[in-house]
Amino acid sequence: MATTSDTLQRQRSSDIAVRLARFRELGIVVFLIAVLGMTIAFQPDFLLKPINIRSILLWIPLLTVVAMGEMMVIITRGIDVSIGSMLAFAGIVVGMIFRDVPGFNIYLGALIGILLGALLGAVNGGLIAWLKIPPIITTLGTLSVYRGLVFIVSEGRQIDPNHVPTALIRWSQRGPFGIQWVPYVVLIAVVVAFLAYAFLRYTKGGRSIYAIGGNPEAARLRGVPVETTTFSVYLITGALCGLAGILYASRFGFVNPGETGVGFELTVIAAVVVGGTNVFGGSGSVLGVFLGCLLLGTINVALAVLGVASTWQLAVYGFVILLAVTVDAVIRRELRRATTGE
Amino acid sequence: MTDNLPVLTTHGIYMAFGGVNVLKDIDFEIYPGEIHGLVGENGAGKSTLLKNIAGVHVPKAGEIRLNGKVVQVPNPHAATDLQIALIHQEPLTFPDLDVAENIFIGRQPMSSGLSRLDWATMYSRSAEILNSLGVKLDPRAKVRGLSIADQQMVEMAGALSQDAKILLMDEPTAALTPSEVKDLFAIMRLLRDRGTAIVFISHRLEEVFEICDRITVLRDGELIDQRIVGEVSVDEIIQMMVGRPLSTLFEKGDTEEFGEPVLEVEGLMRTLKFENITFNIRAGEIVGMAGLIGAGRTDVARALFGTLEIDSGTIRIDGQRVEIGRPRDALKHGIIYVPEDRKQNGLLMPMSVIKNMTLAVLERLSRNGWLRESLEEEAAQEYVKKLNIVLRDPSQPVRELSGGNQQKVVLSRWLMTKPKVMLLDEPTRGIDIGAKAEVHRLMSELAAQGIAILMISSELPEILAMSDRIIVMREGRISGRFDKDEATAESVIAAAAGQFLQEG
Repeated sequence: MATTSDTLQRQRSSDIAVRLARFRELGIVVFLIAVLGMTIAFQPDFLLKPINIRSILLWIPLLTVVAMGEMMVIITRGIDVSIGSMLAFAGIVVGMIFRDVPGFNIYLGALIGILLGALLGAVNGGLIAWLKIPPIITTLGTLSVYRGLVFIVSEGRQIDPNHVPTALIRWSQRGPFGIQWVPYVVLIAVVVAFLAYAFLRYTKGGRSIYAIGGNPEAARLRGVPVETTTFSVYLITGALCGLAGILYASRFGFVNPGETGVGFELTVIAAVVVGGTNVFGGSGSVLGVFLGCLLLGTINVALAVLGVASTWQLAVYGFVILLAVTVDAVIRRELRRATTGE
Repeated sequence: MTDNLPVLTTHGIYMAFGGVNVLKDIDFEIYPGEIHGLVGENGAGKSTLLKNIAGVHVPKAGEIRLNGKVVQVPNPHAATDLQIALIHQEPLTFPDLDVAENIFIGRQPMSSGLSRLDWATMYSRSAEILNSLGVKLDPRAKVRGLSIADQQMVEMAGALSQDAKILLMDEPTAALTPSEVKDLFAIMRLLRDRGTAIVFISHRLEEVFEICDRITVLRDGELIDQRIVGEVSVDEIIQMMVGRPLSTLFEKGDTEEFGEPVLEVEGLMRTLKFENITFNIRAGEIVGMAGLIGAGRTDVARALFGTLEIDSGTIRIDGQRVEIGRPRDALKHGIIYVPEDRKQNGLLMPMSVIKNMTLAVLERLSRNGWLRESLEEEAAQEYVKKLNIVLRDPSQPVRELSGGNQQKVVLSRWLMTKPKVMLLDEPTRGIDIGAKAEVHRLMSELAAQGIAILMISSELPEILAMSDRIIVMREGRISGRFDKDEATAESVIAAAAGQFLQEG
């Protein structure tokens, strides 16, 4: 009971755990400031140039939108590596519609993209939730199946800038009330993040995601709909990839079957993990993941500004993932030792 | 006790796992406002019966009636709807969620209007429920880091939040300290007085006699008898549980002379696990290690085998100080460890008996770095004969063997390494009486050959019958030491439960 001394001791330890968990998000901020500081040391006007701010801001929407879904997947102890292919599929199909049906409504186009993504995500979710195929195997398979579909559907042809509606491209160029450096795509990402927060915090479905990741067996025995929830997180991730496909077309003005979204899973998983999501499931926060996206975006732009070759970026992401996971593992081990002696 | 109608009855429940009947024709009844003890040996079917009532398993035949009406309980959710709650031995909690959410998971209160989860109500209702149980827990605290006892309280609060009328408790006290047990009992009495029907499983009969109004005895899947506490003695209950006179346990004979100390442990300490552990085992001696679950016995064994790092203390083998950082070191010094959970830690279930046996001595059975299967087979055959292992063929998978024979396969593996010290963790848990006696006979033989044996056991009769000396652990410390002839069931229990501290 809570009155015995050893329990008190354990509770005190769990206070430390809570403090460390908060420290976790603070840690990202500290890391972010360190990156900025280092960059400013070499380029004193780094943050003063609107173009740099804009670059960072433009870099995050794609990442944030997909990372919100990936975070939910990882909280349930899953993983989805097919995100880049789903993004490309939605982008290419909607791009073809824009190309072949001039004047097609861009909002309807975006909706179609989201639905296509949801469909692909539903296939992942169905295989994982009901056929019990391990997430990594399922999504590795669909990673290449969906990429293959992209080539088949597009016949290997790129969607060129002149086929992407100007109105769509403006999403990345203009913001509301004429504020140029906060484009609409950034607002879309913020809205998605806010919705993800509301969903995870204020719905039973959102809470079930945490329950499943924390203790799957207990979740089943306590009547949490494990299969439906698992299915849903992959479906949501697919839908968000669909949206990201549209944002991609808006941001870059093209969709290329062999390039768009390739390797994107690495960046997204990096952002999610750096954002403090437990790779073993059960915990993760929207704020943390958002900060993770911001950090990766800043590193990316800083590398470019400092003149580091873009070939280095991949290695840097990989390194950042390993660093985050290692720091996490060490903290957890110390914590476990402090609370249970194990 | 009340003389009104039973709240729940089962009629002719049958349940089978893999063709083996684990419950046979069970007619069981529980009354509102009673605490009903369910006792029996390991494998008697106690947990299975509760799981059948709670919808975790579905019985093969038979029916369950709630207030006289036949009900279907196809899954745990249905049980919840019928106000039946199962409290598991290992609390089923969500470590990353807070206390309140653990109580309400799946049934969180929603606010009206913009339908969203109502955290404020959830916290205030959690606080109310915890208060009514007299538990001081913060509804906002994360469950990670709470003690087992507190986690159990969270689960109980969860049961109450859904107005459970029937509370099924599967060994809730197994991992609790005595003072925690006392607190749990207070809450159980409180609930009983409010009219809740409680079924309580425990292996500790003194607890059952203390808290229960009635006792049901199961043996080998059959309901033997249902008796009222006060009209039955502990001995009678034990008689019903084992179905035979008590004295059929194998007893290790007296050994006149022991050799030199083989294993000497001094001041072993590991933060939050155990401290000041000092003892020795002489050649040919069996030292029994008694204590409650969670007292730290397994951790001491793990430390001696190198799977748990120690913070301080010394270990000597044959008088030489040794460092044991990993199992390899232990094996090098002739220490072997046979873990409690054979399936998880000991045996490779799908692999053959031969492969399982030779795992630790592959080098010896190789020539020029290549494994010689003929040597493997020879070695395995030798031990099959020596240990009297019943099997069809040594190349059949271990999975197909009975529990007792599986245990002998594990023992064979380690015996092949010609050990000096054997650490046996619950060597006869979950195996039947006949096999038990054989494992005991084998242990005596091994001791007679000069091996020093540490036997961890939670079964008092086994401790008393097999040990030359007894060490009792309690909450990470040695709380009692007894020689074979001075140890009694009462004195060992007292030391384990901490009623009388006696340092030896």
